[in-house]
This record gives sequence, C-alpha cells and structure tokens, in this order.
Amino acid sequence: MSIFGAKQVLWRSFSTVASHPLRVCIVGSGPAGFYTAEKILKTHQGSQVDIIDRLPTPYGLVRSGVAPDHPETKNVINQFSRVAQKERCSFFGNIALGSSVSLMELRELYHIVVLAYGAESDRVLGIPGEDLKGVHSAREFVWWYNGHPDGRNLDPDLKSTDTAVILGQGNVALDVARILLRPTSELATTDIASHALTALEQSSIRKIYLVGRRGPVQAACTAKELREVLGINDLYIHIKEADLKITPADEEEMKNSRIHRRIYELLAKAAAARPSQPSSGQRELHFVFFRQPDRFLESYDKKGYVSRVDLEKTALKGVGSGKQIAIGTGQFENLSCGIVLKSIGYKSVPVDGLPFDDRKGVVPNVKGRVLSDNSGDLTSIENGLYVCGWLKRGPTGIIATNLYCAEETVASVSEDLEQGVLATTASSRKLGRDGLLRILDDRNVRVVPFSAWERIDKEEKRIGSLRNKPREKLSTWEELLKVASE
Amino acid sequence: MLISRLSRLGFWIAKELSRGGIARTRFRYRPCGQYQRSPLESLPETRAFQGAIFQKHHDFSTSASNNASEGGDEQKETISVTFVSKDGEEIPIRVPIGMSMLEAAHQNDIELEGACEGSLACSTCHVIVMDMEYYNKLEDPSDEENDMLDLAFALTETSRLGCQIIARPELDGIRLAIPAATRNFAVDGYVPKPH
Repeated sequence: MSIFGAKQVLWRSFSTVASHPLRVCIVGSGPAGFYTAEKILKTHQGSQVDIIDRLPTPYGLVRSGVAPDHPETKNVINQFSRVAQKERCSFFGNIALGSSVSLMELRELYHIVVLAYGAESDRVLGIPGEDLKGVHSAREFVWWYNGHPDGRNLDPDLKSTDTAVILGQGNVALDVARILLRPTSELATTDIASHALTALEQSSIRKIYLVGRRGPVQAACTAKELREVLGINDLYIHIKEADLKITPADEEEMKNSRIHRRIYELLAKAAAARPSQPSSGQRELHFVFFRQPDRFLESYDKKGYVSRVDLEKTALKGVGSGKQIAIGTGQFENLSCGIVLKSIGYKSVPVDGLPFDDRKGVVPNVKGRVLSDNSGDLTSIENGLYVCGWLKRGPTGIIATNLYCAEETVASVSEDLEQGVLATTASSRKLGRDGLLRILDDRNVRVVPFSAWERIDKEEKRIGSLRNKPREKLSTWEELLKVASE
Repeated sequence: MLISRLSRLGFWIAKELSRGGIARTRFRYRPCGQYQRSPLESLPETRAFQGAIFQKHHDFSTSASNNASEGGDEQKETISVTFVSKDGEEIPIRVPIGMSMLEAAHQNDIELEGACEGSLACSTCHVIVMDMEYYNKLEDPSDEENDMLDLAFALTETSRLGCQIIARPELDGIRLAIPAATRNFAVDGYVPKPH
C-alpha cells in the first residue's frame, strides 16, 4: 500500500518492535474471540495474538450453534479464517482453560488475556422432575444436531412419542422446532450431523408446543426465524385467538420496539391465515403463550422418563419502564409429551481465579475490564485481564453484537496501554506463545494448530461432497484428533 | 489502456502532492493484485465489475460532485458516493453502476463489515442514508432486509443494508454514514424519532 493509503492510526501502536511484541491471548474462538483478535491486530501493530480453544475446531457457536439450514450466517467464518491466517495471529485448539493451562499461568505468560469463552452451560428451571429422562436443554440438542463432540452421545429419543414441548420462544427454540418439523429431505443437503439426520428421518414427532411465559408482543425471537418456521411446508400453525388480544401496555411496548411490533404482526397474520383444524397427518406447531412450567411428571409405564409437563397460566404485570413480567395465576393445565427441550437460556461457567457474578452468570466488568469482585467497586481492576462476548454481557444477541462488544473491550485495552496501567513490553518481557507451548508440551496436551484444523476442514468437506452436503462434521473427539494429527 | 491510466494516476498524485491536497481527503490506491483477496471476489457480480474497478483508480475526486472533470463515458458507468466513517471522516469514492455499496466499500478499503457477505443474513453492513431525498429514491426494503434491520445497531429511519443499495445513476451523490456507538448526527431533511 502506498503512503497515500497509510491510515491515520487511532490508537498509538503499542510496540512496533517485532522481537518484543505485545503478547495477547484470547480464550475462545467464537465470534467474540475472533472479532477481538481482528481488532487488536488492527489497532496494535506490534501485537502477537494467540487464540486458544477447548475444542480442536475454531469458530464456536458459528460452527456448533448456528442451525445447519442457515449456511449464509456461517459465511462469517471466511472472515475469521483470514484473521487466523494473519502472520501475527495463531489458533491453538484442544487447550482447555482450567485443565490444560490455568488462568494464572496465562496471565503470567501474556501481557493481555481476553476471555471470550462464552456460555457452555444452561440456566435451570429449578422445578420438580427437571432431571427426568427426555428433558434436555436446547443447547445439548443443538450441539447434537450440529455435530459438537460433546453432544454426540445425547441420543434423544424421537421415536417413542409424537409430541415435543419446547420451553422458551427465542431463536434457539425456533431453530430447534424447525429442525424437528422441517422435511428431512431439506436438511439432508445441509451440514447437519449425520447421526442427527438419521434420527430425524426416523422421528415420530408430529406435534410441537412452543411455550412462553409471556405473550406474542414479548416473544424473544427475531423475524427471520419466525418467518421461516411459519413458512415450513404443510405445517399447521395454531395460535389462540385470545392470546393475540393486546393491552395498552402491550401497545406501548410495540411502539417502543420495532422488532416486537413486527413479530406480533407476523404472529397475528399467521393466526388469521390458518385453517382451524389440521388436516390428517399434518405436522403441527402450537404457540402456547402465557404459560410457565411448574413440574415435569414421570411416565407410569416408562420409569424415569418424562410424560407430562404441568403449566401454570400467567398474567402480565407492569414493572415500570414499559416492561412487563409474567406472574403465576394459580391456574394449571398440562401437556402430555415424550420429550422436553428447555430453551430458557445459556449460562457461563467460571474458572479458577476468575471473579464471577453467579447471579448474573457473567464476569463482573467495566467495558470489558475484569473487576476483582462483585462489590460494585469499579476501581479494583484485574490488571491485564479482559472479557468479551457472552461471558461479559450474558447469553444474548446475534453474531454482530460481538462486533460492538469486541470494539468496546479492545478500546479498553488500548486506553489502559496508553495510560500505562498495564505491564508493557518495555517493563516486562513475556514468554507468550513459546512459554505456553512449552507448558502444554510438558503436560502432553496435544495442541491442534490452525493447519491441523485445516486438515479437519478439508476432510469434512471431502466426506460431505460424497453425500451431497457442504461438509460432514467429524463429531467425536477421536475422529477430530486423529485427522488433526494425520 | 491500463498503463496509460496508471501513468495518469502518477501524474495526478504528483499534482496533488504539490498542492498539498491529499491531507484533506483520504483516498485509496490499491495494486490490482489485491483484489484477489477481496472477500467478495468469488461473487460473479464482482468479477463482472472488475473492468469498471480499474477505471476508478484514476478517478480520485476531492469532492463528491466533480463529475464535470470526468470523461462522458465514465459518467454513465460510475456514480459518486461518499461514505462517512465511524470517526466522521468523509470518504468519496466512485461506484460502478450495478455494484452494491457493501462491495464498493470493500473494494475501497472502507471499514464496513459484511459478516454474511451480502447474503441478507446479518446486519453488519448497516449504513445510514444521510439525506432523506436519497433515501426516498431507494426501493422499499424487502421483508428480509427489514428482518435484518430489526437487529441493526443504532437503527435510524433512514437505515439500510449496504448490500442492498445498488448503484444506479439517480443515486449519484448519495452520502452514507457507517453507524458508530458514540456518534449522533442529523439526517438532512428528517427529524429522527425513537423506535
């Protein structure tokens, strides 16, 4: 690039001496991790960024969260892989923070550690029967159909029932409903895991209840996903006419939220357009509003398995600032079902040495700077430690949300460097990548570098092409590590 | 053809340097080889327009509307577009007719995200049309575009997705702002209201 293209550097580059780079470690290679890496590399010309991940594969939820029938959403992988291939950036998979290497060690090795490892657990309802067989979290189910190596053994029973209850009405709930209801011929050409495709082909599920605590004005999904599920071929949609009635408070909410207004309109339109009865054998999707789960009941003839969900009717109550929450009314009804998928939110898991707010399920932070405790004291900051993505702000938002989230965290890093808050390359030499790899080698951790992921990628695409799929994911740890080391 | 253009470019650069005019307006020059790295390189539309892109190279204008200095043919082939970056910098470029603003931004190294590469599956190429007059010249957004705009960061009444604005002659002179978390600006001819 000519001198004319030289860009005005917003943040003073920290160090341009290649032999003493600013050493940065990012934990987690999903959108939050990669957007952070991209921005740090761009802002700090003298930085060296290592992205580590628990899995042998990069891209986090873009790989294991985004539904297989949303290939366009995964295009962002192209951008992330260009970041990983940059000279000053490395990806190392199969490194688990907390067991392969501790947070304390990472902070010793690097000037800056950014935790972007997301939310790998689930919120729980805390109601009776939640651990019955057949009650799964939607996250597990999504991991299963997306070929996540830890979702391989879920093996949900889709054959002994015709009815599934999905708790929650957000996008994950709609994804799960769509995967269960869509003709499998349409899924067969996606990158859905083959074990899931086989199970779905044999599935006897015909009827799905999507249960939400609040009404159609408050549904947490987005229009694209709703439009898709409403548009499934030959699907009977049921929405109770009475549920569509709106109150002045609802109107206020819609006035203030374009997305809620559009979601409501889509639901109202769908309700008006559908016949009152399903035709015989037709698959059914029932939107159940104003109900909250009360308990799961065990089957009489199939010990240990769920056979019914009791729901409590709810009513909305205003809590100020235009928000309404659901309150139980003490009236109950129930739904018989053979499988329950709880789609009520993900939850982050802390690691040793990391301040964590259990109530909010996030790391206490100010603009991405990790705070030493939850006391609300904004001055006690963990030097050189930052968060981004779901671990920072909770499990909501879309891929693009991480763009702004990363921008904020990297701005904090830059500010701290400028103000001399951090250990600098001048004041302290850090071992960085070499030190990390040495520790991992000593512990016999088999690191999967980006080149090894590329072997996995190539192999998945090769197998996929034989089956008319964009890729066939290797869905066990053994297969992944075997191909990685070939 | 190309050589003569490049030599004209050299001449122009020398002229601008002597005038000290470069500091005022940023512009981009990229060697042809760099187009290989464009994320949109594989899209057929982009390939089709690579011829037109070369023409852009000698066409650095310091204001959005000096078409008068251009040859007659090129006036028809490209339009003038000004991007306003997150930090408020105005970046005038020329965009071939038929090219999307997302592609044009990327060809010119303007920092506009395009996570889904123009397939209407994200909202990262969100731009704000800065003049109501131009906004009204655009066709209404499709349901699919509106679905994505629902999720756009810092949405305004004149927000669109860059991948859905395609260069047409009547859009000559359009100004597009890339939304920033920290900046508010008025859209000419429109009083913003909350959503």
